[in-house]
Amino acid sequence: MTQQPETYAAAAEVGAVRKRRTRLERFGLLMKSAPPSAWFGMIVVTLYILVAIFADVIAPYGEAEIHPVPFAPWSDEFIFGTDQIGRDVLTRLIYGARNTMGIALATTLLSFLIGGGLGLVAAINRSWIDQALSRLVDVLMAIPSLIFALMLLSIFGSTITSLIMIIAVLDSTRVFRLTRSVAVNVAVMDYVEAAKLRGEGLGWIMRREILPNIMPPLVAEFGLRFCFVFLTIAALSFLGVGIQPPTADWGSMVRANASLIQFAKYDMTAAITPLLPAAAIALLTVAVNFIVDWFLQKTSGLRDDK
Amino acid sequence: MTNEPGDRNEILLEMRDIRIDGFSDEQWHPIIKGVDLTLRRGEIMGLIGESGAGKSTLGKAAMGYTQPGCKLTGGSILFDGIDLARARDREKRRLWGTRIAYVAQSAAASFNPAHRLIDQTVEAANRRGLRPDAESRADAVELFKALQLPNPETIGSRYPHQVSGGQLQRIMTAMAMSPRPDLIIFDEPTTALDVTTQVEVLSAMRNIVEEFNTAAIYITHDLAVVAQMADFIKVLRYGEEVEQAPTRQMLTRPEQPYTKSLWSVRALEKPEVKGEDIVLSIDHVDAAYGPIKVLHDVNISIPRGRTVAVVGESGSGKSTTARVITGLLPPLSGSVSFNGEPLPAALKDRSKDQLQKIQMIYQMADTAMNPRQTVEEIIGRPLEFYLGLTGKAREARVIKLLEMIELDESFMDRLPSELSGGQKQRICIARALAANPEVIICDEVTSALDQIVQEGILQLLLRLQKEYNITYLFITHDIATVKAISDEIVVMLQGKVVEQGLKSEILSPPFPDYTKLLLSSVPEMDPDWLTNLLAARNS
Amino acid sequence: MNAVLATILKRLGLGFATLVVVSAIIFSSVSMLPGDFGQAVLGQSATEETVAAFRKELGLDKPAPVRYFEWAASVLQGDLGTSFSGRNASGQDRSRQVVDLVMPRLWNTLFLAGVTALIAVPLALFLGLTAALYRNSAYDRAVNAATLTTISTPEFFVAYILILFLASLWPVFPSLANIDASTALGERLYRVALPALTLTLVIVAHMMRMTRAAIINLLASPYIEMARLKGASQSEIILKHALPNAWAPIATVIAFNLAYLVVGVVVVEVVFVYPGIGQLMVDAVTSRDIPVVQACALIFAATYILLNLTADIIGIVTNPRLLHPR
Repeated sequence: MTQQPETYAAAAEVGAVRKRRTRLERFGLLMKSAPPSAWFGMIVVTLYILVAIFADVIAPYGEAEIHPVPFAPWSDEFIFGTDQIGRDVLTRLIYGARNTMGIALATTLLSFLIGGGLGLVAAINRSWIDQALSRLVDVLMAIPSLIFALMLLSIFGSTITSLIMIIAVLDSTRVFRLTRSVAVNVAVMDYVEAAKLRGEGLGWIMRREILPNIMPPLVAEFGLRFCFVFLTIAALSFLGVGIQPPTADWGSMVRANASLIQFAKYDMTAAITPLLPAAAIALLTVAVNFIVDWFLQKTSGLRDDK
Repeated sequence: MTNEPGDRNEILLEMRDIRIDGFSDEQWHPIIKGVDLTLRRGEIMGLIGESGAGKSTLGKAAMGYTQPGCKLTGGSILFDGIDLARARDREKRRLWGTRIAYVAQSAAASFNPAHRLIDQTVEAANRRGLRPDAESRADAVELFKALQLPNPETIGSRYPHQVSGGQLQRIMTAMAMSPRPDLIIFDEPTTALDVTTQVEVLSAMRNIVEEFNTAAIYITHDLAVVAQMADFIKVLRYGEEVEQAPTRQMLTRPEQPYTKSLWSVRALEKPEVKGEDIVLSIDHVDAAYGPIKVLHDVNISIPRGRTVAVVGESGSGKSTTARVITGLLPPLSGSVSFNGEPLPAALKDRSKDQLQKIQMIYQMADTAMNPRQTVEEIIGRPLEFYLGLTGKAREARVIKLLEMIELDESFMDRLPSELSGGQKQRICIARALAANPEVIICDEVTSALDQIVQEGILQLLLRLQKEYNITYLFITHDIATVKAISDEIVVMLQGKVVEQGLKSEILSPPFPDYTKLLLSSVPEMDPDWLTNLLAARNS
Repeated sequence: MNAVLATILKRLGLGFATLVVVSAIIFSSVSMLPGDFGQAVLGQSATEETVAAFRKELGLDKPAPVRYFEWAASVLQGDLGTSFSGRNASGQDRSRQVVDLVMPRLWNTLFLAGVTALIAVPLALFLGLTAALYRNSAYDRAVNAATLTTISTPEFFVAYILILFLASLWPVFPSLANIDASTALGERLYRVALPALTLTLVIVAHMMRMTRAAIINLLASPYIEMARLKGASQSEIILKHALPNAWAPIATVIAFNLAYLVVGVVVVEVVFVYPGIGQLMVDAVTSRDIPVVQACALIFAATYILLNLTADIIGIVTNPRLLHPR
């Protein structure tokens, strides 16, 4: 390459060149820059996941094992006492982590599969498919999702499968909206047009051109939707129409032991028992929210950078 | 009052060693690195520089204002004896809008959509009780007249969305002038306007500033524009002053190499060559977006190995023509022929071979490249897609292409965000070249770039044309660029072709009316250009 | 004005169409019932004749569109059908009209929601506005952290914490909000204190965050910077420049949160055993009393649609572009 000293040289032009780092190094740097709230969130989420995975090992008793004393007080034998029919509360809490989180995760994944996939198709296609899907979603979103879920559960019955299917479908409307709107913003970019002009097929454009560029908002949304689904399932179980006994679940545990709160003046530990699963729910959603907040700040910061 | 036409030698604004930091990427970066600025009463200073030079930040700092996300870290700003760098907000607010006024780039966004224009025009003057309300309103109408706005008596009762961009920009000037300030900051006020509108707005602004002997700082990236407005010019780069000189001296004898380079694109001129062999022809094309017809019987023929420049203002149908050629917008009637054979109207009906032969380069290189792909992936994809190259062969070809565009192997694994503006556009050129095309459509490829970079890109395009006999369809609104690169010119207006011919024919008399208006409206690097033009038009 | 009128009419038409489609969906849910549903409602010992009679009463023997229009017509006349509960195998029918079940409870729910809205809406707007104005201050961060925590917490958790402290440890308010038609207003207010407080906490958190975001978005507009550079004081910027453009986003925020309130009411009513429509619906879902479920769903959906419609119309009538067409 010829470079005369006085003329302009393209390669010498100053670009915002960053040091290239390996994935591991970048991950390390990322972790270092995380604020305390994000650290808190990540630690809590990790603990929950570990508890969920190793529930069988950690739990002192079986999930549905019934002991002779119902409403037993806190003791060495039953750390958090027993519930209304004599099941160990700690055991139920531990299995509840697995069940409630597992169902919420499955539901969120399914709703992203449906809503995300259709949203992408609608954003690229922009024809009658887009119109039809968008109108359908408008209508579905005109019914509050908890109410819709209650109605559908009354028809299909409260099995875990129908719970997952119903909430995933209802929730996918929101995923559809978000995916569609961010994907539409990306789909009008010149590089997508360039790919179309090159003659690329729909598959390439979706996977290679659009998807990588809408990941940050989708990942953040995944966290938020997980919280939302998790809270909805907890609420439904609390109302008695969600996860059914004997499967351990935090929402129904709150409801079953709620009457103990009345005895707060006589036995504080008993009054706290029904609040434990509620606190477990709150702690997880707060933790996820902290992580999402930090993630959003990181990614929006990157956008300003450009 | 202090705003009587004062002594020309009295210093109005004195900024010393201004330092401003901006917050991005979670840390503070210096944006302005110690700039001095002195302005006397009634003087107009041109502040020029490329994007990111910090000229807008410095202009706002002259008011003692820093945008959210920026902070003043050092220096003093003495405005008529008051240090704005240390003044409290209350004190600054008393000056803003009355003694220092600001004219923003985007008039459409800077007017409050909920209020009538006249109310916004007199707001600042009324707030400080400079005059009775009725008097300010009557004065505003006089200003509207002076700025040659249509229906000056009634235009003020309209809302911002009801008037055009050029009119809004003049009303904003009236708004700034209403309290008769000592100083007006013009922040790229004509950048968003078409050239023919720009001339009107420029002359209106200049007249009114001269009439009231107001000092002004005129911020722009366009040298020719600032030459019409300013008494002297300061050039900024990377937040530092490069040089400052009176306008005429700056235009004729710039001292710094950087300043000289800003002038260079104007010097580039390609000798035209007539072409016979028509590679691409557009015949009787009508096209529409929904019910709105945007192209009317467009005929353009493009000879092989030549550059045909399509010029026109926004809305003239230049870019729509490109969309018809590429098949993105199938025409209502008419056809596009490539090497004598008609191309299918819609993109999806064209063969890979046909797609390969016509490539496109975009105005915004930023959005034309997938930010998540590396340079190697970006250039490599067409190689793989059209030519079936993979592995080592693909890599070797990518390196060769990088060398063709005067970059090297070290760029392979960079992401677009790690490239400068010019480098980005070069990668886009390489991507187009990778397909071995016969025709490349260049849609305003240089207009988003700084002038020095523009020249490099144009020279590269010319060299590639010579070496590979590539044909360009070059869409632009910039006449200087047209002179630099074209063999033939097509002038478009409101979806119709006004004329097509060799560069020398189009650019010399006799002109059709529109071509004449368009050509004469392009600012030239001559401080007397606007004066002469207005004199010629009025006679 | 014509442009405004046309836009409003268009929006009203759209709202009505949505309501029709939604009601059709709610209605058609009956036909998705499993085949042996009649048996399930009436009990195992029901004879084939009683089951057939029951199916006929549901109209399952007629084509769906006919049934829908019959149902829609009767709903419009205020007849929501007959409850499933109270029937038995012998064909005896002690069931009640759905309207009689729903109406008193609907008023109770509206009372609770109204009390909550009266407290929550002004409070949330005030907090949101001040947080936006003093962005990134300690006040802003504190309010933000508090509301983020509240949002992440299930409603029943908030409710039980309030019960623990305000009803159990220090019995200030009753933990059961049982009221009936004869309860006097003062007593009513006393009894709904805890449910209303729970809902207020949840709504304020959501609404304050949305208000803050909407105001910050507005304050980032170039015309606000222009107003500042014209020397306008902070209060002038807010009142004169931001507010006239803020009605649409604020109306949207309020409508969204009132709609959210309507849903949040379900859980809270169950916690406090409040005789509202939410609890009625949950009970009906548990006993699979479909006509009651349908009626409740229809009421919730209609409220939801109406609220969003109102917000959109406020947005339309305050939009200067529509008020003053070119």
